Amino acid sequence: MSPSVPLQEMIRAIRSARTQCEERGVIQRECAAIRAQFRQADNGGRSHNLAKLLYVHMLGYPAHFGQMECVRMIASSRYSEKRVGYLGAMMLLDEKQDASLLITNSIKNDLSHSNQYVQSLALCTLACMGSAEMCRDLAPEIDRLLRASNSYIKKKAALCAVHIVRKVHELGELFAPAARSLLSEKNHGVLHGAVVLITELCERSSESLERFRKTVPDLVQIMKGLVISGYSPEHDVAGISDPFLQVRLLRLLRILGRNNETASDAMNDLLAQVATNTDSTKTVGNAVLYETVLTVLDIKSESGLRVLAVNILGRFLLNNDRNIRYIAMTSLQKIVGTDHNAVQRHRGTIVDCLKDQDASVKRRALDLSLALVSASNIRSMMKELLLFLSSCPPELRSQAANGIFTAAERYAPSKRWHIDTILHVLITAGGDVRDETVPNLIQLITNTSELHCYTVHKLYRALLSDISQQSLVQVACWCIGEYGDLLLRGDCQEVEPMQVCEDDVLDALETVLQSHMSSTATRGFALTATMKLSTRITDNVDRIRSIVSIYGSCIDLELQQRAVEYNALFKKYDHMRYAKKDSTHFCCCGVILFCSVNSFAFNVILEPECEQLTMHVLTLYGLTL
Amino acid sequence: MFRWSHLVIYICVQMQFMLLFSRQGKLRLQKWYVPLCDKEKKKITRELLQTVLARKPKMCSFLEWRDLKVVYKRYASLYFCCAIENQDNELITLEIIHRYVELLDKYFGSVCELDIIFNFEKAYFILDEFLLGGEAQETSKKNVLKAIEQADLLQEIVLETVSQIY
Repeated sequence: MSPSVPLQEMIRAIRSARTQCEERGVIQRECAAIRAQFRQADNGGRSHNLAKLLYVHMLGYPAHFGQMECVRMIASSRYSEKRVGYLGAMMLLDEKQDASLLITNSIKNDLSHSNQYVQSLALCTLACMGSAEMCRDLAPEIDRLLRASNSYIKKKAALCAVHIVRKVHELGELFAPAARSLLSEKNHGVLHGAVVLITELCERSSESLERFRKTVPDLVQIMKGLVISGYSPEHDVAGISDPFLQVRLLRLLRILGRNNETASDAMNDLLAQVATNTDSTKTVGNAVLYETVLTVLDIKSESGLRVLAVNILGRFLLNNDRNIRYIAMTSLQKIVGTDHNAVQRHRGTIVDCLKDQDASVKRRALDLSLALVSASNIRSMMKELLLFLSSCPPELRSQAANGIFTAAERYAPSKRWHIDTILHVLITAGGDVRDETVPNLIQLITNTSELHCYTVHKLYRALLSDISQQSLVQVACWCIGEYGDLLLRGDCQEVEPMQVCEDDVLDALETVLQSHMSSTATRGFALTATMKLSTRITDNVDRIRSIVSIYGSCIDLELQQRAVEYNALFKKYDHMRYAKKDSTHFCCCGVILFCSVNSFAFNVILEPECEQLTMHVLTLYGLTL
Repeated sequence: MFRWSHLVIYICVQMQFMLLFSRQGKLRLQKWYVPLCDKEKKKITRELLQTVLARKPKMCSFLEWRDLKVVYKRYASLYFCCAIENQDNELITLEIIHRYVELLDKYFGSVCELDIIFNFEKAYFILDEFLLGGEAQETSKKNVLKAIEQADLLQEIVLETVSQIY
């Protein structure tokens, strides 16, 4: 092995550069030298030159001027030059470059070379970056190699064929016969390649799938041989014989057994054997078990086998290795719909994973937990989910909040619990909920008339402590505007007694109006609420009037418009406001105006008495219902 | 952007690329098994490196990134990072990474990052003898090392004029 001294010298020089600028200088000089050398006649150092260029390319510098040199080197008769040439082709040329076509002929020649290591270079390069055109051109060659060559070449030809089929699906037909016969080989590399190839063929064409189903008994035999056989030093990994081949076999069996009773039956015993006998103390054993589980759950397996598979996943959930817990949850997610009860058994462990340090594990645990919520466990699950929400990573909050809402809606054991839960979410993560949460919650509150008093008290309290969560503030303002009289009356049984006077309420609303944290929409809610209170309170109407008139000259157009309209209502209907001390009337007007300004689709329930008034207001503003 | 074939139920999976990089974010090896232009490769590399380097030591070896799964493991000062498709078995990918590290270790004799830096082309040759088109081609460690050894010997020889077997 001759060390490429020029290459290593250059690397040393680049590494000793102390600044980015210095490095660039070194590289520019080197590239100039390389370019000059490319132009010279063959001086025996060509492979070193190209290698230098490839190093520079890896650092992120342009190296396209080396493409033709790659093409030339590939055609060289020196193995060292071919080797670097092909490496360069794989690094600098991809199928999108025109230059890649130029190497097709070299590859074709090298595929038939007398030396297997040269053949190997060609096969590797074709499998790495062969374009559809090159693949079509060279497919017959690959098929020939699949049938008549040594194991070393056959295994590579098989994977090359895989690449070809991925690029040009129709060529699958060409390789099917050869692939079939490869299954009788003893060499593990060839077997592995054959299994990968057959897998690819079956996924591409249903005819192939049908045809290769007949190989299930052979595949089962091969797999049995691996599982039962004694220690084979060459392929052993921590006591498992050739785990790579085992995993591939299991995957192929999965495809063949899917939706097919006969095939699934034929592999049932084998899968049970692998599931029970594979040592699960090391990752490699778990890799095989994992693939086994995926296969069992995907084919038409016996229920006993299915239970075995889910139990393996359950064991995985308790594994110390975080990776294993993660993949267990991924798999459980896939079957939570079909094997719901089986997965429910592991609910406790899954919920514990919500507290894991790793965000990926948390996400999986969240998905699964939400899927496992049911009418019987809603209360305990919601406790855990709300706890999770208060400390979860920001990227998961939206998903958690919305998941909680859906679950609450579906399984709420009582209205009060439902409202409490939504409020809790709004307090914790109000900024991450969907837009329709606000009108939905308002709808829910409206329909739960027995809890109006309770709700308005709770929301008022929440408003006092924090006005930063927009959705919460909006709902709170609406509620106060609508049920402010209940708040002021102060005799709610379900909350601690609290003396609230009119000034307190107006203070709260004004704080919202003036806070820089409040969005325009929120201010709109607060303003409308203030307005609506004018029919519910008696002492502070002037204060309301002054608040509203201030906003008549507000910079924000929406607020200004609203304030002006309200002012007009004040003046025009003053006599009516006191004559009819019925909050519904003004409520209607407020809601209609609110609707028009916000374009929400609200269900406005009109009392017959205020219909006349409503129509009057509508005509005044040129609105229609 | 990465997919170049679509089937509704498709579990034929492929390794899309493998990257080796240092803790400082210096790329030491990049093997791409899907056709992407240089600009795209650079963008992916930059973003993925940032994401992986931001992970804490005790975290999962798997992460979801764009529409791929990324499996990574740190060996001394080097991160080995593979991008696989969504249906693949992450645990066996970890074994593939481990096998590659073992091969490097056997070849270089207690491999360290400097070996990979100064002999990067050898690291590629070894990888290309272990994986082909993103799939394992040889499951016996011994056979991979033997093949590399033979190929290295060939470097010294000037081949006879290219001869055809057929």
